[in-house]
Amino acid sequence: MRIWRYGDNINTDMLFPGKYTYTCSTAEEIKPHLLEDLDPLFAKNVTEGDMIFAGKNFGCGSSREQPVLGLKAVGITAVVAESFARIFYRASINQGLLLIECPEGVKAYTQADTVALDVENGTLTIGSHTFSFPKLPKEILAICEAGGLLPYTRQKLKQKKKC
Amino acid sequence: MVGCLVGEHTMAMTFAEKLLANYAGKTLVEPGQIVTVRPDHLLMHDNAAPIIAKIQPELQDYGVCRKDLPVIVLDHVIPAAAEKNALQHTQIREFVNTYHIQHFFDVGYGVCHQIIVEKGFALPGMLLLGSDSHTCSYGAVGAFSSGIDRTEAAALLLTGETWLKIPQSIKITLQKTLPRYVTAKDVILSIIGDVSASGADYCSVEFHGAVSQFSVDERFTIANMGVEMGAKNAVFPADEVTIKYLTSIGIPKTRYTPIHPDPDATYERQLTYDLSTFTPVVAVPHSVDNVKPVTEVEGIEIQQCLLGTCTNGRLSDFKVAAELLKGKKVHPTVRLLLLPASRAVYLDALKEGYITTLVEAGGTLLPPGCGPCLGAHQGVLAPGERCLSTSNRNFKGRMGCKEAEIYLASPVTVAVSAVHGRITDPRKEAGP
Repeated sequence: MRIWRYGDNINTDMLFPGKYTYTCSTAEEIKPHLLEDLDPLFAKNVTEGDMIFAGKNFGCGSSREQPVLGLKAVGITAVVAESFARIFYRASINQGLLLIECPEGVKAYTQADTVALDVENGTLTIGSHTFSFPKLPKEILAICEAGGLLPYTRQKLKQKKKC
Repeated sequence: MVGCLVGEHTMAMTFAEKLLANYAGKTLVEPGQIVTVRPDHLLMHDNAAPIIAKIQPELQDYGVCRKDLPVIVLDHVIPAAAEKNALQHTQIREFVNTYHIQHFFDVGYGVCHQIIVEKGFALPGMLLLGSDSHTCSYGAVGAFSSGIDRTEAAALLLTGETWLKIPQSIKITLQKTLPRYVTAKDVILSIIGDVSASGADYCSVEFHGAVSQFSVDERFTIANMGVEMGAKNAVFPADEVTIKYLTSIGIPKTRYTPIHPDPDATYERQLTYDLSTFTPVVAVPHSVDNVKPVTEVEGIEIQQCLLGTCTNGRLSDFKVAAELLKGKKVHPTVRLLLLPASRAVYLDALKEGYITTLVEAGGTLLPPGCGPCLGAHQGVLAPGERCLSTSNRNFKGRMGCKEAEIYLASPVTVAVSAVHGRITDPRKEAGP
């Protein structure tokens, strides 16, 4: 498992260049261009189970779903950041990509540390330190538990039809 | 006192709290609370194609929840740059016809955000969501508007409802008046430079104070860039300027109910700026909050200038640029691209002679749309090139090339710099 470390204000053009937004929409089309202008090694070397650690305002910029789909498709377990931009945050909930807001954890991390994530109990262990992160509100958890917003919406529509 | 009565206490609310409480059917809400809302409109553009592709079976089973909910504007890659874009446009037209979508604007009407305001889809007190980050622009007319992602737009088409978290609010009070050659663009760039690109993350930003000096065009420029400091929405609560603008586009006061924050509402932060001290500024690569006084970047050579987009592509922007470029020539090493925000702006600028002046000066006119702003076509940069632009983002790679640089400035600074071929302080052109 590898930690990909980035700084503040990682924007959507860095995560997935705007020039591809109307030509790439499937995971296979998106994958080779992930983080292309930020870190050309990412798309080549990322493996399932890796995590991203970043600073403030991760995902700022456009309403761009491709990086969320792409990061999920390559198997990123979670993006841990000091904070997230709101459209990216919503998009990740809707796709089921795990985002963890844990500024203390990000600041504490060094390359020498081992990282363990316990989603159920809301803890992130970095080296010998354990940090807790807040659980999602129940309304949002329901979307995650359904497997994302579209499966959640399908459930809702079916219930309505029955009524 | 306009607040809400809860027991014996009066709870004062911000603009966002009051408006979202209305839409959630509640008398009182507080920051952090999650509410379910049904927006008045849902904005989509070229990305309507991948949005509807996500829900084909559901659309067949359940249809679109309201035919007047979506407003679809083709603007991002128009006219189609490649077969793939053309096919997406076709899929959107088929969807519009099949589901009898009421509000559709095909290639050439303009940028979606301009259309929403110009055609009166956004009105004071309304709630709009859109699958584009600059949806926050409609705060220019006192609406609450915010960007969402494609999947959420798909779900909204089916159900008409979604969740929103009640945001904390930031109150920005603008005092005194701007000096000559300093514009609304300099105001918002300076504020973003001050608070940073994450300074208003998740927050609702309200503008108060000496705002009557700003037209709806100028408020649009400011609200449009709210997202560049992370804001959920940015708003000028409706006033006489708003009412006058709406009357001018044929919308009477009876069609809307403005929302105003209570004077004693609670704000997460209050910021005050003295506009008389503001100067022309430039956001330098590669982030919007990397803002410097123009005097610090003067002399930097530029190869492309972009006048237009949803940030600064309105009649007043073309007017000021035409006045500055009348009888002059764009520097021979500069390509000046003209991108009106809508067909209506284009026609008005033609009638007023601004287009003639700007084309005579050496400008190249592009069709009303997003043009080169997102790097897909019509003005992609080469490695090593620099563009001085009136648009809203200077991210690395934004105009299609990661080895190019984008500088953001006002139409005044862009027009003056285009003549000199380098970034120039517009105050040096100051006449009487």
